[in-house]
Amino acid sequence: MSKAKDVFLDPLFNKNPIGLQILGICSALAVTSKLETVVAMCLAVTFVITGSNVSISLIRRQIPSNIRIIVEITIIATLVIIVDQFLQAYAFGISKQLSIFVGLIITNCIVLGRAEGFAMKNPPGLSFLDGVGNGLGYSLVLLLVAFFRELLGAGKLLGITILSTTNEGGWYLPNGLMLLPPSAFFIIGLLIWILRTWKTDQIEEEN
Amino acid sequence: MSRDSTAKVLTVAFLLCLICSILVSAAAVGLNSRQEQNKIQEKRKNILQAAGLYEEGRPIEAQFEKIQPRLVDLQQDAFSRDFDPITFDSRAAARDPETRYRIPPEQDLAKIKSRSRYKVVYLVMNNDGDLQQLILPVHGKGLWSTMYGFIALADDLSTINGFAFYEHGETPGLGGEIDNPAWKKQWPGKKVYGPSGETRIDVLKGTVDRASANAVYQVDGLAGATLTARGVGNLLRYWMGEDGYKPFLEKLKEEGVKP
Repeated sequence: MSKAKDVFLDPLFNKNPIGLQILGICSALAVTSKLETVVAMCLAVTFVITGSNVSISLIRRQIPSNIRIIVEITIIATLVIIVDQFLQAYAFGISKQLSIFVGLIITNCIVLGRAEGFAMKNPPGLSFLDGVGNGLGYSLVLLLVAFFRELLGAGKLLGITILSTTNEGGWYLPNGLMLLPPSAFFIIGLLIWILRTWKTDQIEEEN
Repeated sequence: MSRDSTAKVLTVAFLLCLICSILVSAAAVGLNSRQEQNKIQEKRKNILQAAGLYEEGRPIEAQFEKIQPRLVDLQQDAFSRDFDPITFDSRAAARDPETRYRIPPEQDLAKIKSRSRYKVVYLVMNNDGDLQQLILPVHGKGLWSTMYGFIALADDLSTINGFAFYEHGETPGLGGEIDNPAWKKQWPGKKVYGPSGETRIDVLKGTVDRASANAVYQVDGLAGATLTARGVGNLLRYWMGEDGYKPFLEKLKEEGVKP
């Protein structure tokens, strides 16, 4: 039981895919200027990691080792296309905003990393928990980044004005840098700093 | 059968591909009608937005009621009743030998090779039955993709009321900035035609000199997207030129809209 709990909870803080392994940075920079798109992106990634983990774990004893990466990528790509089709049908506006970044979930290292590193060696139940856990760990960082970027960059959260900006007659002068991708680097850097100050065992040894 | 034998590799690969392709095609086919519906809505929304009539939150069908689709025959430079403007598909018509018009290569600024002889335009009338705005579909090649958009003209048929693309595949963040509201805001008020009727509208490389007498015909380029911006300028000069809508617009100005 405690193993299942660790598998599920570790990716949140102890082994966060973005915080510790520095994976999935591409989408963390690209889609985080607004919370709304991030919520859709997080759901999509969590669904894909969980789905790929479970399906790969189910057939892990059948997959020939010399084509295993191809098999994993094919399964991941299939799930991503299905998600993309659903977004285009039921959340057209969000799908337009996420544009190619939905398709790029295929190349998100977290997904393949969990498939290859966990689902190939563990039973479906644990793989499911690992998938959901890693999806949540990824989502946690993305939501935090988007929270600060949308709030400081546009004075809004989920499109609702929190700080009224000067060009709408308010007092808040928005920080334009926050709307540009590099600002996500700063925020992720600060998050990792805070995380490693709290969990000192994550600090890498200096050469 | 051992796990790494050739037979096993082939079987697994084949079964995997089969299952995955069934899933993907099921999703694509099953959701197709909803996606098409979304595209039609999106197109209507873009027509409304180009005309500056779009109101957030109101159903698009209701807002679209005041807009009249009409078929234009660009060979006769006049309105035509040869097809129903609601169902007419000008992309299919550009491929159909019956309705296709091959653009002479030296005229083909938009780099589209051929276009439909007929186009569906949208009229916005006021309560007295006078033309207020005319919305014209335009398209042409950007850097990677064909860009499809609408341009809305005021009742002088030269001043731009709005211009927006509803479909393109340009690079997000670079050429994709043709969707950026800040860039689109420059178009309203610009003029397509000079005093003697020549097509003057263009997208510059760099920024427009606001003090210049030509500024009313010019729009800022997009940093990092020179080729996309050039494509936008070229497609406008094609569609608003002699081989495009210009003769039709001149005739419309003289004769007015007949029911």
